[in-house]
Amino acid sequence: MRSCRVPGRGRVDASRPVGFTFDGRRYQGAAGDTVASALLANGVHLMGRSFKYHRPRGPVSAGSEEPNALVGTRRGPGRFEPNTRATVQEIWEGLEVTSQNRFPSLRFDVSAVNDAGYMLFSAGFYYKTFMWPRGFWDKVYEPFIRRAAGLGVSPTEEDPDTYASRNLHCDVLIVGAGPAGLAAARAAAVEGLRVVLVDENAEAGGTLLSEPQVRIDGRPAWDWLADELAALKGLGVRIMTRTTAIGYYHQNMVGLCEKLTDHLAQLPADTPRERLWRVRARWVVLAQGAIEKPLVFNGNDRPGVMLAGAAQTYLNRYGVRVGDRPVVLTSHDSAWYAAFDLQGAGARVQAIVDTRPSVREDLLHEARALGILVKLGHTATATSGRLRVKSLRVNPVQGGQVGSPVTIACDAVLMSGGWTPSLHLFSHTQGKLAWDEAQTTFLPAETREDCVIAGAGRGLWGVQAALEDGAARGREVAAALGKDSAAQAPRVQGDRTGTGVTQIELPTDLNAGRAKAFVDYQNDVTAKDLRLAVREGMHSIEHVKRYTTNGMATDQGKLSNINGLNIAADALGRPQPQVGLTTFRPPYTPTTFGALANYHRGDHFELTRKTPIDAWAEAQGAAFEPVGQWRRAWYFPRPGEDMEAAVRRECAAVRSSLGIFDASSLGKIEVIGPDAVTFMERMYTNPWAKLGVGRCRYGLLLGDDGFIRDDGVIGRLAADRFHVTTTTGGAARVLNMMEDYLQTEWPELNVWLTSTTEQWSTVALNGPNAAKLLAPLVEGVELTEDAFPHMSCAECTVAGLPARLFRVSFTGEIGFEVNVPSPMAMQLWDRLWQDGQRYGITAYGTETMHVLRAEKGYIIVGQDTDGTVTPYDAGMGWAVGKSKPDFVGKRGLARPDLVAKNRRHLVGLLTEDGSRLEEGAQIVFDPKQPVPMTMVGHVTSSYHSQAVGRPIALALVEGGQDRMGQTVHIPMPDRTIAATITGTVFVDPENTRLKIEA
Amino acid sequence: MLLIHCPYCDETLPEVEFTYAGQAHVVRAADPSSQTDAEWENFLFIRSNPKGPHYERWRHLHGCGRFFNAVRDTVSDRFLTTYKAGAPRPDLSSLQGDRT
Repeated sequence: MRSCRVPGRGRVDASRPVGFTFDGRRYQGAAGDTVASALLANGVHLMGRSFKYHRPRGPVSAGSEEPNALVGTRRGPGRFEPNTRATVQEIWEGLEVTSQNRFPSLRFDVSAVNDAGYMLFSAGFYYKTFMWPRGFWDKVYEPFIRRAAGLGVSPTEEDPDTYASRNLHCDVLIVGAGPAGLAAARAAAVEGLRVVLVDENAEAGGTLLSEPQVRIDGRPAWDWLADELAALKGLGVRIMTRTTAIGYYHQNMVGLCEKLTDHLAQLPADTPRERLWRVRARWVVLAQGAIEKPLVFNGNDRPGVMLAGAAQTYLNRYGVRVGDRPVVLTSHDSAWYAAFDLQGAGARVQAIVDTRPSVREDLLHEARALGILVKLGHTATATSGRLRVKSLRVNPVQGGQVGSPVTIACDAVLMSGGWTPSLHLFSHTQGKLAWDEAQTTFLPAETREDCVIAGAGRGLWGVQAALEDGAARGREVAAALGKDSAAQAPRVQGDRTGTGVTQIELPTDLNAGRAKAFVDYQNDVTAKDLRLAVREGMHSIEHVKRYTTNGMATDQGKLSNINGLNIAADALGRPQPQVGLTTFRPPYTPTTFGALANYHRGDHFELTRKTPIDAWAEAQGAAFEPVGQWRRAWYFPRPGEDMEAAVRRECAAVRSSLGIFDASSLGKIEVIGPDAVTFMERMYTNPWAKLGVGRCRYGLLLGDDGFIRDDGVIGRLAADRFHVTTTTGGAARVLNMMEDYLQTEWPELNVWLTSTTEQWSTVALNGPNAAKLLAPLVEGVELTEDAFPHMSCAECTVAGLPARLFRVSFTGEIGFEVNVPSPMAMQLWDRLWQDGQRYGITAYGTETMHVLRAEKGYIIVGQDTDGTVTPYDAGMGWAVGKSKPDFVGKRGLARPDLVAKNRRHLVGLLTEDGSRLEEGAQIVFDPKQPVPMTMVGHVTSSYHSQAVGRPIALALVEGGQDRMGQTVHIPMPDRTIAATITGTVFVDPENTRLKIEA
Repeated sequence: MLLIHCPYCDETLPEVEFTYAGQAHVVRAADPSSQTDAEWENFLFIRSNPKGPHYERWRHLHGCGRFFNAVRDTVSDRFLTTYKAGAPRPDLSSLQGDRT
């Protein structure tokens, strides 16, 4: 293995070697290297295979725009990341890097056969190739596509790293620490302004890191840079490196992703891997520079073909010569300097091939002085070399005619098609772009944000121009913030400015239909694909993009969008601004889910609300289920019991003696005030004016469309005070709805609404022995049928605790709900549990509660109703106060569709074969009708009922209330089940069990 | 993330404190039962979908809890103004909007 390191060049520390592996083979780089620069230093260009054709690829860039060199990185178990850009990942001792998209090896890959079949995979092949025969889709095409598709391999283990997030407020946020950003920071860093300067690279400096020949204020660029960074820190500027501005959101909120540990050999304790910053800046300066454009020609993707600017960066920043015999192919002056730099670093530049017929005299002069062959007015028509470029075929072009080819042997092709301002972030918040014909590119125009663009982002080239523009923009922003800044840009010597022309695909003498001239490297989109898309009718750039997938890869078209637009515009015969550019979306570069989720994972993903009884239930071995955000005890299995056995036992205990149930999660709203009763009259369907103090009533809440929204028992504790309960999941929604009507429809009502869900915990006792257990513990109320009949409520003392006692039943048995302040709930529960032992008190969970209520035909809103069910549909017309002048939903109930015949009604179902139906199963009247059948309803609740001795079900069935006794059918995958329509009450329809015996 | 001015708190606060609550100035009739089917349909379901200024309701849910009205430009996503519930519709021509 030969070293391509150039002694004395670059900023890497050759005295600190760093060992790492690539596909299991050990390589040595230097401190400061990226994976790409270290491999290039070892003469390795081949780093990956392309997505569709599996063509061998090497790095084409030296930065975050890289489309080709995607690798997997690994740091022990769980720490694997696919699709990492080798041009960004810094190496550290022991880093494991693997190539992707290849089998069995990077050098020999069987799927490269796709490359030969490229005619099959042209634009839109997804829509064309796999259409016929239809039956092939499931067994042939889809498995094939699924195996072939995808980039890299998803990690399979849980990520052991931690991620963090922070907020930051500042006056000026500057994105990009190149010359423009540095000068803007210096100008904005006046007394009293908080300035933040961020850069995605490991060190600040931008272009200056690749242009050591520049002298600033008479000093070498890197000396000036070091001092300037120190000076900025001294002025209080916060400089954040390895920090990518991933998205620009409304009103100057910018998201940053700071990478903290990916470059470290040893993971520090207590440091997150990444930190997401939410920055709110009063002004934003975007100084993101420009991205070099590839040239589009046949074979422009072979390993060794890269951007000229990247080659300069590898040489000047990393001390790596990317080739010994490079050819430069360009339509822009900037690549000439790459040739000069490489020649000066010991390479023998084979030729500078420029598409332009003439170039600046000083460039020609220097090339001649360095002995470099120059070919002006030439095109490139092919390359050769399987795993590394071996030659470039070039032809003269005269008067639009492509002449005879010459083949130039080489080991690298350094290309430049000019530069594109990096305006991704600017576009994130609807920044408008304007076409600049002179530079054949889009430049920033208006934005609604308080944002300015500095430097190359505005199409300004050269270090001097960037520094001057940065300083000017910094002064402008300081002035907008009411500060005077006198900062002036320093003077630059040795600057390299230049111009160029824009090319569509380079002209060729070969069959253009067979050319593999890549526009989007990562998605393998060629110029031919783009032209085909236009021919096939894609006339909008948005359609061209989706049809060809140009610009849709993980690099979001940083290299390909502008070339794609130029070619599509040419094919359409329309100017570029009329064809338009697709919209850039956040994130700017691929961002980990870890950073976005940061703290919100595991137990912190969503809060779990627990009742005061939760710990007791857990100690009892309860199984839990989530209800809304609550964790509720589902059932209490005894050793050896499954859910069915436990629920059967719990149900039997409640019906025969006594059950205890934690109902604390019920929503509770206190409605207080002189107009409380008026408010209740208007909100709920039921009449409340005549409800006496100390009585309660089942309340039904509708929307103004007439459909059931929520329900619950409501007690009147005083003339001006109601204790409203809601469903567990509906509490917040109901309170919001009440507030809405109170604040905006009836602001004249004097009513206060308070959520008391967390203040009161509710213990429900149900069963024939419920009153016997409770009576001795209650002070202030006599628990007899006369003194405290069903649907009574009272404020009293239970077991010495202040309580709100409700006599209600959701089971059909004698029932009480005891509300005590939450901190006292466990004390109450313990007492009831102890005293209840003589009645064989049994704790039951939500499943038993569901069975018992279904046996009585009590609905669960959201299970037996679905937002299209009226009180009449649910068989609860009795709850509607028809004589009230108005309530929410009254007018809605009179809508034509809601009074129509044959609505779906809630009914009971009993299967003829005694099997249990599946909840959600669809119902038909005629099982023999052809498929697709007419569905007339669905099963909403279904349980095995211990009390009835068979399964029972509730269902919504078309016209169900008029079809009592009729048979319906429930088609299932294996058979069709017949069931009889019944009433919804399966147990004790006369409610005799609710009475307390004297 | 938007910044929203609560007219009750008189403070400009991040969007996460607020919830959207639909179109503003949709008046529920004093006597809904007197409404025709068409009128009630209009009240329940028919909403404007303008490209430009939109009158809408927000609630400062994680703050004072009050519902208030706003004019937001649906093109720029800028709040042109916010005002208390019950206040009349502001005159659009007088609204400039807040830049930040």
